[in-house]
Amino acid sequence: MLADKDRIFTNLYGQHDWGLKGALERGTWDGTADFIKKGDGWIVDQIKASGLRGRGGAGFPTGLKWSFMPKGDDGRPHYLVVNADESEPGTCKDREIMRHDPHVLIEGCLIASFAMRAHACYIYVRGEFILERVRLQAAIDQAYEAGLVGKNACGSGWDFDIYVHHGAGAYICGEETALIESLEGKKGMPRLKPPFPANVGLYGAPSTVNNVESIAVTPTILRRGASWFAGLGTPNNVGTKLFCISGHVNNPCTVEEEMGITFRELVETHCGGVRGGWDNLKCVIPGGSSVPMIPAEQCDDLAMDFDTLRGLGSGLGTAAVIVMDKSTDVIKAIQRLSYFYKHESCGQCTPCREGTGWMWRVMTRMVEGRAEKREIDMLFDVTKQIEGHTICALGDAAAWPIQGLIKHFRHEMEERIDQFSANPDKAGSVLNVEAAQ
Amino acid sequence: MPKLTIDGKEIEVEDGLTILQACEEADVEIPRFCYHERLSIAGNCRMCLVEMERAPKPVASCAMPAGEGMVIKTNTPLVKKAREGVMEFMLINHPLDCPICDQGGECDLQDQSMAYGLDGTRYTESKRAMAEQNFGPLIKTEMTRCISCTRCVRFTTEVAGVHELGQTGRGEDAEIVSYLGAVVTNEMSGNVIDLCPVGALTSRPYEFNARPWELRKTQSIDVMDAVGSNIRVDVRGREVMRVMPINNDDVNEEWISDKTRFIWDGLKTRRLDTPYLRKDGALVATTWSEAFEAIAKKVKTSDKNKMAGLIGDLNGAEEIFAFKSLMDSLGVDNVDCRQDRSNIRPEWAGRAGYIFNSGINAIEDADALLIIGSNPRLEATVLNSRIIKAVKQNEMPVALVGEAADLAYEYTHIGNGAESLNELLKGKHSFAKTLKAAKRPMIIVGQGTFIGDDAKAIFETIANLATNIGAINDDWTGLNFLQSAASRVAALDLGCVPKNESVNYNSILNASKAGDLDLLFLLSADEMKLCDLDNSFVVYMGSHGDVGANSADIILPSAAYTEKFATYINLEGRAQLGHKATFAPGNAKDDWAIIRALSDHLGHKLPFDSLEALRSKMFDIAPHFAHIGSQSAGDMSQLQSQKISGDISSTPLNSTIADYYHTNPIARASKIMDDCKAAKLAAISEATGTNG
Amino acid sequence: MSAQKMAIEQPESFVFNAKFSELAKKRIAMYPEGKQASAVVPLLWFAQKQHDNWIPEAALRHIGDMLDMAYIRVLEVVTFYTMFNLAPVGKHFVQFCGTTPCWLNGADKIKDVCESEIGAQNTISDDGEFSWLEVECLGACVNAPMVQINDDFYEDLDEENFRQLLKDLKSGKPTKIGPQVDRINAAPCGGATTLNDKSLFDGSMLGSYKDVLKQIEQAEAEAAAISAKEAKEAEKPAPKKADEKPEASDKKPTKKATKPAKATNSTNTDAENVSDDLKPAMLSAPKGDADDLKVIKGVGPKLEGVLNGLGIYHYSQISVWNDDNIAWVDSKLQFKGRILRDGWVKQAGELAKQGDK
Repeated sequence: MLADKDRIFTNLYGQHDWGLKGALERGTWDGTADFIKKGDGWIVDQIKASGLRGRGGAGFPTGLKWSFMPKGDDGRPHYLVVNADESEPGTCKDREIMRHDPHVLIEGCLIASFAMRAHACYIYVRGEFILERVRLQAAIDQAYEAGLVGKNACGSGWDFDIYVHHGAGAYICGEETALIESLEGKKGMPRLKPPFPANVGLYGAPSTVNNVESIAVTPTILRRGASWFAGLGTPNNVGTKLFCISGHVNNPCTVEEEMGITFRELVETHCGGVRGGWDNLKCVIPGGSSVPMIPAEQCDDLAMDFDTLRGLGSGLGTAAVIVMDKSTDVIKAIQRLSYFYKHESCGQCTPCREGTGWMWRVMTRMVEGRAEKREIDMLFDVTKQIEGHTICALGDAAAWPIQGLIKHFRHEMEERIDQFSANPDKAGSVLNVEAAQ
Repeated sequence: MPKLTIDGKEIEVEDGLTILQACEEADVEIPRFCYHERLSIAGNCRMCLVEMERAPKPVASCAMPAGEGMVIKTNTPLVKKAREGVMEFMLINHPLDCPICDQGGECDLQDQSMAYGLDGTRYTESKRAMAEQNFGPLIKTEMTRCISCTRCVRFTTEVAGVHELGQTGRGEDAEIVSYLGAVVTNEMSGNVIDLCPVGALTSRPYEFNARPWELRKTQSIDVMDAVGSNIRVDVRGREVMRVMPINNDDVNEEWISDKTRFIWDGLKTRRLDTPYLRKDGALVATTWSEAFEAIAKKVKTSDKNKMAGLIGDLNGAEEIFAFKSLMDSLGVDNVDCRQDRSNIRPEWAGRAGYIFNSGINAIEDADALLIIGSNPRLEATVLNSRIIKAVKQNEMPVALVGEAADLAYEYTHIGNGAESLNELLKGKHSFAKTLKAAKRPMIIVGQGTFIGDDAKAIFETIANLATNIGAINDDWTGLNFLQSAASRVAALDLGCVPKNESVNYNSILNASKAGDLDLLFLLSADEMKLCDLDNSFVVYMGSHGDVGANSADIILPSAAYTEKFATYINLEGRAQLGHKATFAPGNAKDDWAIIRALSDHLGHKLPFDSLEALRSKMFDIAPHFAHIGSQSAGDMSQLQSQKISGDISSTPLNSTIADYYHTNPIARASKIMDDCKAAKLAAISEATGTNG
Repeated sequence: MSAQKMAIEQPESFVFNAKFSELAKKRIAMYPEGKQASAVVPLLWFAQKQHDNWIPEAALRHIGDMLDMAYIRVLEVVTFYTMFNLAPVGKHFVQFCGTTPCWLNGADKIKDVCESEIGAQNTISDDGEFSWLEVECLGACVNAPMVQINDDFYEDLDEENFRQLLKDLKSGKPTKIGPQVDRINAAPCGGATTLNDKSLFDGSMLGSYKDVLKQIEQAEAEAAAISAKEAKEAEKPAPKKADEKPEASDKKPTKKATKPAKATNSTNTDAENVSDDLKPAMLSAPKGDADDLKVIKGVGPKLEGVLNGLGIYHYSQISVWNDDNIAWVDSKLQFKGRILRDGWVKQAGELAKQGDK
């Protein structure tokens, strides 16, 4: 277990003062101006050296991303946009940062903006997080009042403005270019890439979109040193990470842990173990709804990091761990996710707009067993037809859970179909089938 | 100049091309639905996916810039599978109603599913149905067929310059709508029918009328305005079924106005199909020879100074030439073509003083625009979309002197009357600085500017202003005159303006009204009041029973623009050929042939017996008419600084077009144009009703 | 949500009241000049707040006028986002999360309560107090199942406490926002397993960053000294450091050594066929910290291991490879041809340059 002294989010549960006074006591805003005085290049180098990978799901090296911002000055402003549109099912970590430790994020915004030569930062908070954005705004007001942000932020000589923007209920706005579109006052439809935001982003200016957690950990990385951060976790998967463990564990919770902690240790140390005991585990979705599930038999020594999970055909994603025990109707669980993606598809490109609805409808029949076995292969083929053919990753995200289901629980799907055909006149009669078609 | 490999073939392409465009250059066909070369890139249909070496997944070729060393493959199993997949998704919710769909036979979805799709579907769920929309009298919707390519939304926003259509909702519930069911009223709306790659938006007037394979297609030139849009007239039997645009990058790109597109029902009604003679106050059908004899009798008793000829808006150069020749042979000087009541005179500055000197394309190069006495949206609808383009793409500033109107872009309104020009000339107005600072300033002058007696003074002031702001120099021609009638430039080129400067269109009509004329010839001239003609002996030659025919004493029925071969000189001075798509009804003949026959009866036989002979005579006077397709410029030096010969009044400069959908006899005969006008009026009253 | 129809009965007009006008003005000022359309979502939200939790059509036009946006663009936006209600909702608008994490923990039962206590989805209860809607994940998954009622999250629900909650809301009793069981926010039930170290909260670590900075500065100074020394040594042609192999460029490669292009294309190139004379410069250990070779496109953790094993730790090393060196290294890799295909040398050159800055 990670030692308390190595935790970055020390007010994760809101037991202490979220405001400036409490934040200062916990060490936030300690030395910010000194880091800024070291220069933007130095900060980027430190973040690169720390090995921090983006906490929003894709795991792209944060320092490298920052270094993509154009070096020269062509007259366009630079923007930092913080992605607080936390909507991936299973994920509820950024929420804790914003409502309980907002100053960590604000300080991170200042440092990251300075590192990318941005004088303005927008934090895009998902619309439903009303308390969170009110809290965040209050903290920003405190920071302005204390001179920590605004003109000559922290006395560093850097002018910095920070704004809270919000959405109104659209998962797709978590995609960085859709978020930028939404922030510009349009529908949140992802843009075509290239050009990438670092060249043409918010208002056509160079922009970087980072996840809340990625930004919020940077001040502590500078305070404790890149080597401290890089020394935690496993090679290439370093540092600490907020894990959100939901589903069938005894005590679901959000907790900061070391990267690469095993799934079993995570669940047993913090969540009171799997409901009904370790052997009652059926499968786990390790990184938010978009990644394929991992069956229990692969969970024994499962290290929770980017590379291990990718090696198993899944991913760490947002580290939202959804645990399912043996009582779970896993087909229904995935069907509900299919509905989610159908509901959240922006409708811009064909495979996703049409395919998510198709998959959900087939999955709905699969839950009942009202299908033919060959349709399992067809469904798999449809997921493959969506995957990789869309503008953004939502198409992939909709396809992967179903692929995971078919890969690991095909037998259950077939049994369900057998059960249904064995009792044709019970729940769904032949007539119903026809009516539905 | 990146060099890339497409299907194993190396090709070097221009900078800034996309992969899709590079593939076209390499003669590799890429299927597409949402991509359109004249609209912004949406990249949403995903039909154009190709394989790119080193890319982890297929890329949308319409959106990916071609880069040095790229290796593109379009014929691999991966691409085939991707296309089949996209095609299948496209079709799962698309109804199988091709047999009752007007798009059938010219449907991108149909064609591409044949070429790139599979032969069946695996989709067994219920299909999605979408509510119909009421987009007005021109566009019929069947939204269930929509594939959400958003071409129509992009067109209305980017080319028509109005925010009328949008895509609401999201995911599979996304639908194309107007704001709360408002009717689409922009004058370019019909183009979305062509743009729609499926049968979601089809032509309402053409609904269930014909199939594309039944139609005979003839290239021609539109006469609804002076742009000279290139069109294709689709005919079944003798009947014009529809009018479609033809691409011409220099003129209309590939757009046409709704008036151009939907005028065709006007070609079938109110037609003059036999000569008429007024006997005892009533028009009775007669023969050609009787009609000619009656005219000859009247001419003999008429004083040449009390005869006059007026030329309408829709004529080709040949008949204008024949008409002018006849009038000359009769010694009639009072021939006027300025039906819009402009007092412009060709001798002021030669051709340069009445054509769109820079050409339409140059609008996109201009970096500041001043419009004087014109509403380009109504006078030259397609040309206006070039201005929209320049405003949107280059942020070209625009200012207007004259009557304020919704031009579909923002502009600075300097003033209503021509006296504001003096303010600009003196550099008093802030826009004067903008014009001065511009490298390529442009002035567009409408004919509404020259209605008053101070026309010459205004003309000279404009010439001075143009010189002053640097709109005329060796590298840049920025002073343009906008004509709104198809026949006008040819007629002015042929000198159809009375030599006597005090005579103009209105004075001729006034003389007619007062009974001072012995004989008035109208060559398809109808823009007057019935009472103007009551006290004269009127010979009307034209295709439609409109004002002129109603009060004529003799009617000579002639062919409409779809029924004859003719040369048209557009507002840029570009010669273009119109072709005969069908036959004129009944006994109606080509105008030039009627004039030639009449001249024989009048004892002044014109020296041509065929259209070719006529043309060779015409080319002697106007050699540039022979250069089909090219624009012959005027001599800009004549427009340099002028001495101002009089005072300028403060009379407001109004556009010459008040009733857009009814500007000519064919339009007034069209029921579709009536519907458009009604829809527009209803939309205006609704807007003011709910907003006010 | 997006599929919902606009209410048929609409108020004649809508304007922001003084409070929301002020808020709207402030909001618009948050965005650069000319980019006021950015404020459309917040303004629509204000309209919904002002107008009993739903947005009348007149508000779309009012906002369109305020932001200089075409009405159709406002309509597009308002129908895209699920939180905008275009028809009246109950006084307490229950948004019930039905997505998988909540469903796993019994959301179906909460839905049953909604149906039995309030009625069908998207209809207002007879007393006007409630209406409910199933929404997608609200981002409180460790506190599942949960609902959002108007602005507030109510978490860790079960049938009993949810029924009680609805009763309390109806009767106007104060309710507890957040977990409805004995629990601190997102901490595990029964108390937090972490963050119990008192020293985190007493300010004892303040200023300790200065030591870290000092350490970093020291390390940087040392690294600079080493590289300066090396640069000096590199200027001398010989002798080489003992642990470094002679650089390939010093030795003329034998002509018979396979041409690099061929070597990369051939899949069965045998490692033994490539002469060791072609080896690039190698190190027995990294100079200072090894560079992250994975940054080079085409190099993953595995390849990085292989390269490190060969004695290649730095971008600067890779950036000077010649064709022969490439052929040699290629022969040591499992997948041939990557070096050229992915342009390692060029990439490394750029990375090395960035590192120098």
